[in-house]
Amino acid sequence: MPRARRRALGAPALTTGLTLAYLSVIVLIPLAAVVAKATAGGWHHFWQVAWNPEAKAALELTLELAGLVVLVNAVFGTALAWTLVRDDFPGKSLLNSIIDLPFALPTIVAGLTLLALYGPTGGLGVNIAYTRIGVLMALLFVTLPFVVRTVQPVLLELDKEMEEAAASLGANRFTVFRRIIFPNLFPALLSGVALAFARALGEFGAVVLIAGNIPFKTEVASVYVYQHVSSDDPTGAAALAVVLLVISLGVLLAIGAVRRWVTRHDR
Amino acid sequence: MIGKYAVRFSALGYVTVILVAPVALIFWRAFEHGLGPFWDAITTPNAVHALKLTLELAIVAVPLNTVFGIACAIAIVRYRMPGGGLVNAIVDLPLALSPVVVGLSLYLLYARDGWFGGWLTRHGVQVLFAYPSMLLAMLFISLPFVVREVVPVLREIGIDAEEAAATLGASAFTTFRKITLPAIRWAVTYGVVLTTARVLGEFGAVSIVSGGIAGRTQVLTQYVQASYENFDLTGAYAASVVLAGLAVATLVAMTLIKPKEERSGHRDA
Amino acid sequence: MAIETRSVTKRFGDFVALDDVSITAESGSLTALLGPSGSGKSTLLRVIAGLEVPDSGDVFISGREATALAPQKRGVGFVFQHYAPFKHMTVRENVAFALKIRRRPKAEIRARVDELLELVQLGGLGGRYPAQLSGGQRQRMALARALAPEPDVLLLDEPFGALDARVRKELRAWLRRLHEETHTTTILVTHDQEEAMEVADEIVLMAKGRVEQVGPPRELYETPANEFVMTFVGPVSRVGGAYVRPHDIEILLSPDGSDGEAMVERIVHLGFEVRVELLAADGSRLSVQLTRDEATELELVEGDVVWLRARRTRVFA
Repeated sequence: MPRARRRALGAPALTTGLTLAYLSVIVLIPLAAVVAKATAGGWHHFWQVAWNPEAKAALELTLELAGLVVLVNAVFGTALAWTLVRDDFPGKSLLNSIIDLPFALPTIVAGLTLLALYGPTGGLGVNIAYTRIGVLMALLFVTLPFVVRTVQPVLLELDKEMEEAAASLGANRFTVFRRIIFPNLFPALLSGVALAFARALGEFGAVVLIAGNIPFKTEVASVYVYQHVSSDDPTGAAALAVVLLVISLGVLLAIGAVRRWVTRHDR
Repeated sequence: MIGKYAVRFSALGYVTVILVAPVALIFWRAFEHGLGPFWDAITTPNAVHALKLTLELAIVAVPLNTVFGIACAIAIVRYRMPGGGLVNAIVDLPLALSPVVVGLSLYLLYARDGWFGGWLTRHGVQVLFAYPSMLLAMLFISLPFVVREVVPVLREIGIDAEEAAATLGASAFTTFRKITLPAIRWAVTYGVVLTTARVLGEFGAVSIVSGGIAGRTQVLTQYVQASYENFDLTGAYAASVVLAGLAVATLVAMTLIKPKEERSGHRDA
Repeated sequence: MAIETRSVTKRFGDFVALDDVSITAESGSLTALLGPSGSGKSTLLRVIAGLEVPDSGDVFISGREATALAPQKRGVGFVFQHYAPFKHMTVRENVAFALKIRRRPKAEIRARVDELLELVQLGGLGGRYPAQLSGGQRQRMALARALAPEPDVLLLDEPFGALDARVRKELRAWLRRLHEETHTTTILVTHDQEEAMEVADEIVLMAKGRVEQVGPPRELYETPANEFVMTFVGPVSRVGGAYVRPHDIEILLSPDGSDGEAMVERIVHLGFEVRVELLAADGSRLSVQLTRDEATELELVEGDVVWLRARRTRVFA
């Protein structure tokens, strides 16, 4: 039986029209302006501007760091999710709530807290200011919840009986993890990692205080864009912004595809 | 057995190093010299203005995006808007975009030589480096939250009750007011909490479009940056504590509301 | 007459849900729209209610053209299969809803709600929420709610489909008694022929978007227009090429005057009746329904060879 189309109760044309108008004014037209600016001089000019050495370095650094973020989060995010689901200790529910703090805390404050503890005034003898490792730590701070929160529900739902059956058939703990648990976790892990990657690509607030703005050393793509707008080079900024936009869109599409693949057995 | 403790301690260690210790230190540093210096730092004219401006932006942006969020959810779910999947993806865009890209897009649009900026400047309307552009930035980055919370709940509760109200004589508006809205109220509330938190914490986009002029176009997050860069650590920490306190309040609200939202999305029949 | 549809057609994409359907329902009657799933009966009901707009054709309610009217303006009460309760309102508030939005005085609303709750036997449960009621109670609340604004017509869309068998039977009988008290013109959609037979004054049997036959239950049972109607409305056995009701077949112990020969495969005792399952000479299977007494008299045993005589057979082109 095909999906029935109900007679619409209400004012569909008006609501839909206003919704689309709002979306256009707030999101679509501004983004179009970026693409237009970047490609104003033609494709050749666009690639020249986008691919100048400083921009290239910024993009490379951003992708490198985002890749590292993905790896670290994959390991520790899964470990955290595991601890929250399978382990028990005093303060566990407090930990569960704290995990969401990076979602709620302003990014500039995140950067500042890291500088306060690991920077020149931290008293720990380390100084992450103006270093790549400092930028990495800022990115890890803001992406902390992503993998945890996508893996946690899957772990919760995982049928213990599957593992018990495998154990009764002779599989040791490592094999059980490798052949039973991990394949079930993998799609959720991918999804969380993709979200973390997209976030790390564009993060600005947490990074800006730590990075300073040393081109070729700690300047990530978002700081490059900011710098070039501030110094009245919107074309240069727009060029790299478009590249970032395209990568973000690609990641969004990938997340959508992963989600569809994950639920393919449910349909 | 060792495996379990290894996992536990490495996970807890990681969270402590990356998250807990830095945040705890900020609170310590802000109140290190007592409540007095903290209060002084947070009541300087620039700080007060920054907080005021932040709230003035939130008080407009949050209701606007809430109304839009509900209308958009209804258009996608009930009116089966053509291209609904695409609209859903566009609504999710702000979540994946870098805030500086958002700021840049508004900068280009409303600059003197921008598509809208030219006309607006000629008519004496200042958008960039003023409240309007900051509001537009807030609207852009906080757009998705109410929509994303309401859409699944609207789908789950189904259209039967609304049709029943129609057969009983209720106009579309009455049906919306008395039947639909009560059913989605927890989803809307949760979305409002997320939207507000996002607006209060916004930094990147608003930095680009506002110019960050202290006492004029500087929100609280920009105040933190400016204080730090002017070596006013006390001021920076104090403002950070205010923002962190708001973040904690957000988390508490989220924890309290989430179960209610999950219950409202289930059919009882 | 209270309800009339003329040549109503409705498509959903390529699927034709209703194909030139014309029916009438007399004022004060209880009509059942009966048919298998996909027959279009729910779509027809929703067209009458105004919840769907037909591609062509007209709908008349109480003599007035209603095809273009919104559901709010048609004066129809609608009851859904899954009750569609207003979950955030109490039972009282649910029932009072139609009256509240018409801004009736509080005293009048209270009196009417009390009256309705008594009528549907939910008196005393007015303060509860739908989640605290059983399925049967929720459906009775839905009925009271639909009746509150005194509609000209009551439309029920498989109202007992979500309930278990015993509750279904009770509510069925209860609905019929309610109808006799209120005399509201009622149309009931169901896929359960037993329900339609028990409750309706007239049955409209539908299949694949078309009307197969219209008439009182007895007429459909005894003089079916075609094979589909006969097999849908009651049990059917085939003897030779003809259709016959299992209780219209006689079992004979000698071949005189018989129509055919068969072997007893199984005898099922169903309380007051006995069903005898037989294997006919041509290899087909059929069943015969006997009363307990008839069965006892015949003293049948599995494996017996007997002869059959069919009365009131029907043959369809």
